[in-house]
Amino acid sequence: MKVKNLLKAALRSLAKNKMRTFLTMLGIIIGVASVIAMLAIGQGSKQSIQAQISTLGTNVLMIFPSASSSGGVRMEAGSSQKMTIEDVTAITERCPSIAYITPQVRSSGQLVNGNLNWRTSVYGVYPNYFDIKNLKLTSGSVFTMNDDRSAGKVCIIGQTVVTNLFGADADPVGNYIRINKIPFKIIGITEKKGQNSYGQDQDDVVIAPFSTVQKRIMAVTYIQSMLASAVTEALIPNASQEITDVLKAKHNLGPSEDPDFTIRTQTDIANMATATSGILTILLATIASISLLVGGIGIMNIMLVSVTERTREIGIRMSVGARGRDVLLQFLIEALLISLLGGLIGVTIGVLVSQLIANILRWPVTITIQSILMSFLFSSAIGIFFGWYPARKAARLNPIDALRYE
Amino acid sequence: MGETIISVKSLVKTYKMGDVEVHALRGVNVDIVKEDFAAIMGKSGSGKSTFMNIIGCLDVPTKGQYLLDGVDVSSLSKDQLAALRNHKIGFVFQSFNLLSRTSALENVELPLLYNKKISSREMRTRSLNALEAVGLADRAHHFPNQLSGGEQQRVAIARSLVNDPVVILADEPTGNLDTRTSIDVMGIFQKLNQQGITIVIVTHETDIAAFTKRNITFRDGKIIRAIEVDKPRNAKEELANMPVLAEEEL
Repeated sequence: MKVKNLLKAALRSLAKNKMRTFLTMLGIIIGVASVIAMLAIGQGSKQSIQAQISTLGTNVLMIFPSASSSGGVRMEAGSSQKMTIEDVTAITERCPSIAYITPQVRSSGQLVNGNLNWRTSVYGVYPNYFDIKNLKLTSGSVFTMNDDRSAGKVCIIGQTVVTNLFGADADPVGNYIRINKIPFKIIGITEKKGQNSYGQDQDDVVIAPFSTVQKRIMAVTYIQSMLASAVTEALIPNASQEITDVLKAKHNLGPSEDPDFTIRTQTDIANMATATSGILTILLATIASISLLVGGIGIMNIMLVSVTERTREIGIRMSVGARGRDVLLQFLIEALLISLLGGLIGVTIGVLVSQLIANILRWPVTITIQSILMSFLFSSAIGIFFGWYPARKAARLNPIDALRYE
Repeated sequence: MGETIISVKSLVKTYKMGDVEVHALRGVNVDIVKEDFAAIMGKSGSGKSTFMNIIGCLDVPTKGQYLLDGVDVSSLSKDQLAALRNHKIGFVFQSFNLLSRTSALENVELPLLYNKKISSREMRTRSLNALEAVGLADRAHHFPNQLSGGEQQRVAIARSLVNDPVVILADEPTGNLDTRTSIDVMGIFQKLNQQGITIVIVTHETDIAAFTKRNITFRDGKIIRAIEVDKPRNAKEELANMPVLAEEEL
């Protein structure tokens, strides 16, 4: 039988039982729509997490000293004081994969402006910190290495600090505040960045030259951590290896000894976060796929009923020369049409539902072509898989028995 | 006498019903030549339906030889049998066996759907011609439930004709029809036979068999009698002489 005629015959027999066809299709429609919507939600959350992480800079490496121990009592991670400014210098000189590196110290400081005061974190870093973190200023300028060398009392403050010390729309560049009673000149305001993925307010900071914070505020000689950026994202593993080698040599550790520091990259954090949302996506899609599977069983059920009902028709067709293959194809195409049409409607509804979720619930939603293609292919595969058995049953009927069937 | 269309030699068919063996056919020999019009007769259980199924290529014999238009059927596969049914045989059944909710024309087209050589346009013209031949051209777009029994059987005859078969096999074609309609249907068969089409019908009614040229009687799986019909009844004349029934009597 020609394909055109097969399609015509299949469409006609589906049209004969409109209600039944629709209800059978409904199983597939719901299945496909829910797969699309679930994947859209999963993908959406994954992408928004990735977007948040990439604002932190994707080629960033963080180097922390390991936990110290005194007399067998281990202290918290990062408490070791073995990391010094010489380590930074060594890495700058000997690691070609590193674009920028800055030491980092953090202290908490009480900020005072007139009768207003505010407590927040004070970071001591090199000027290239702004390059590493891709941090921009809305007004003023970044301090220089000269400010660092002279431990200059200048600082850059975040928007939250501005609001709390000067009022919402103020531009306090040029003004002075006191940090732990030491007067600092404000030379810049950072761009508003909002919360990071852990809910921390990234605008509630004071950034000052490294030496200023280390010597004037904290009065220590070690550094708490380092922040570096690789030349490109692809060079992160090289950068990490180079840092390991340099620091181990510097700290007199053999190649087989455990390092006394930890290197963490944004990629690690990003991978962790996307893995979590990936698991969520798989979970949601699996549940949705089960409904698609149930829809497939619905097709099989109805096709079996249909084969029994139309035994006589099959007999007639066979008596006028239909081969088993022709009958098989006829029923298979009916099953396929149900699942394809159902898939098509399901995709439409799935996309609409996803948009509705995005608009009403304000969830991040991403519909990918892959998810549409995949659920479409999956639903046709289900049509063929569950249509096969009834179609084969029809094809194997004996024409004499089929003609006699009442 | 023309060439032999159906040639059957020592045909045996045995069914197994559980432990019991049923001997449906016990050595049947028969030849049906081109332009023949034969009636297969016999009571139920005589083996005539089994014989019909075998010569219709719906079933294969247990033993013996069957040549259809020179082709040995006994050795063919299922698909080859289906092709043979499509190209060489036209079936007419007692219960018409039309597809419901499908127009007369499309019912007639059905065998052509399984014949890949025929284009859609040719399909349509051949089907219309076949309906014309049975006098139903004006009913082409009616559905079976809008047609009378006689008309439905005529559609079935048109369907059997459409693929230009070497033989039309009719299994009790008048079994579900009243006397007048039966004669009408037999008239169509006679007309087709005069045009050179070979026809074999199965019937248990002697007055229906009297319309054919040859009567072959089965009993207990064997042919007990094969006779030429002396003077076949003429359906056309009989219909002409029949009083037309008044409306209320229909």
